[in-house]
Amino acid sequence: MNYIFYFLIVISIVIGALNGKLQDVINSVMSGAELSVKIAFSLIGIMAFWLGIMRIAEKSGLIKFIAKVIKPITKFLFNELPPDSPAIGDVAMNFTANAFGLANAATPFGIRAMEEMQKENKDKSSASNSMCLFLGMNTAGFQLIPATVIAVLVGIGYKNPTEIIAPTFLVTLISFISAIILAKLGQRFFKPQVVRQNKGDENNVRKAS
Amino acid sequence: MFAKLLNLISLWALPFILIVVLTMGLVKKVPLYEEFTEGAKDGFRVAVRIIPYLVAIIVGVSMLRASGAIDMLAHVMAPVLNKFNVPADTLPLMIVRSLSGSGALGIFSDIASNLGPDSYATKLAAVMVGSSETTFYVLAVYFGAVGISKIRYALIVGLLADLIGIIAAISVCNLMFA
Repeated sequence: MNYIFYFLIVISIVIGALNGKLQDVINSVMSGAELSVKIAFSLIGIMAFWLGIMRIAEKSGLIKFIAKVIKPITKFLFNELPPDSPAIGDVAMNFTANAFGLANAATPFGIRAMEEMQKENKDKSSASNSMCLFLGMNTAGFQLIPATVIAVLVGIGYKNPTEIIAPTFLVTLISFISAIILAKLGQRFFKPQVVRQNKGDENNVRKAS
Repeated sequence: MFAKLLNLISLWALPFILIVVLTMGLVKKVPLYEEFTEGAKDGFRVAVRIIPYLVAIIVGVSMLRASGAIDMLAHVMAPVLNKFNVPADTLPLMIVRSLSGSGALGIFSDIASNLGPDSYATKLAAVMVGSSETTFYVLAVYFGAVGISKIRYALIVGLLADLIGIIAAISVCNLMFA
């Protein structure tokens, strides 16, 4: 992350200067910072609402039930989480919401899933394999209907906007599956998390990660 | 028919979840109002906690977009992609879609309104935007919420999957619309 942060800022300044757009780059610092806070604050209300609903779902045993139903899939994908982890129910809700294009509802579920995975994580500052997999699956943008895109197409007088649904679905499915495969490969080739432990435990920890 | 059904499901997904959760809670005698407000308290905490991570990523991405680096890269890539029947107008979109959701939608709207409904570029751009999620934003929000700073291979996976998505979009559109 350190290199990415450095790269984004220094490269932008150098290229901006070369292009004679240095003033734009400087202005974008201000507007970008403002936009971040706007995004975070616009999340508060919807986040509070869904976290409240999820709390009821949890207390009534619904989340546990959902987690049980999809267990065969999650056991294979998130094999490092305990099979009864509440994260699994949250992951299921996150994907249901994403699939139906409800990004606002999906984010709180996803964050809850991350928080549950963090409880199982050995090094709290470093992403666990489950977290990397979950993030990869989310960045693939799996959804059934691209509602916003269709709205734009309708706006320009596109005759049959629903014809893009099938190809879009196919493409998003391909990148979704590749994200899962890539994450599973990544966990094999990337060094496991470094964990400070008593020497006796170290072998067990290595195996587990 | 299929599309109509999907639209209907999309419309009813949230109301359905709300009815099921609340009914189930009532049946199991969960104190609905108390538990709801207890859970909702976390909304503010989480939103505030992701601010530093969002600022780092979004400022960086905004600077990169303002610098003109993306247009330069698109210019360099143009001859290669021309061979695969990829319209030059869609090049910036391929890069921006991993960086900024509103940016990608802006470029897509631009292409759609300038080139019109019949152009191949509009169709390709539609599929590209519809099939992507903003990798950098998801990374900042989800990892930021739990204070993860060592991201290991997460970004590489996200960006490679984006790249595969772009290749898939080009291939599928070539088969269907070209």
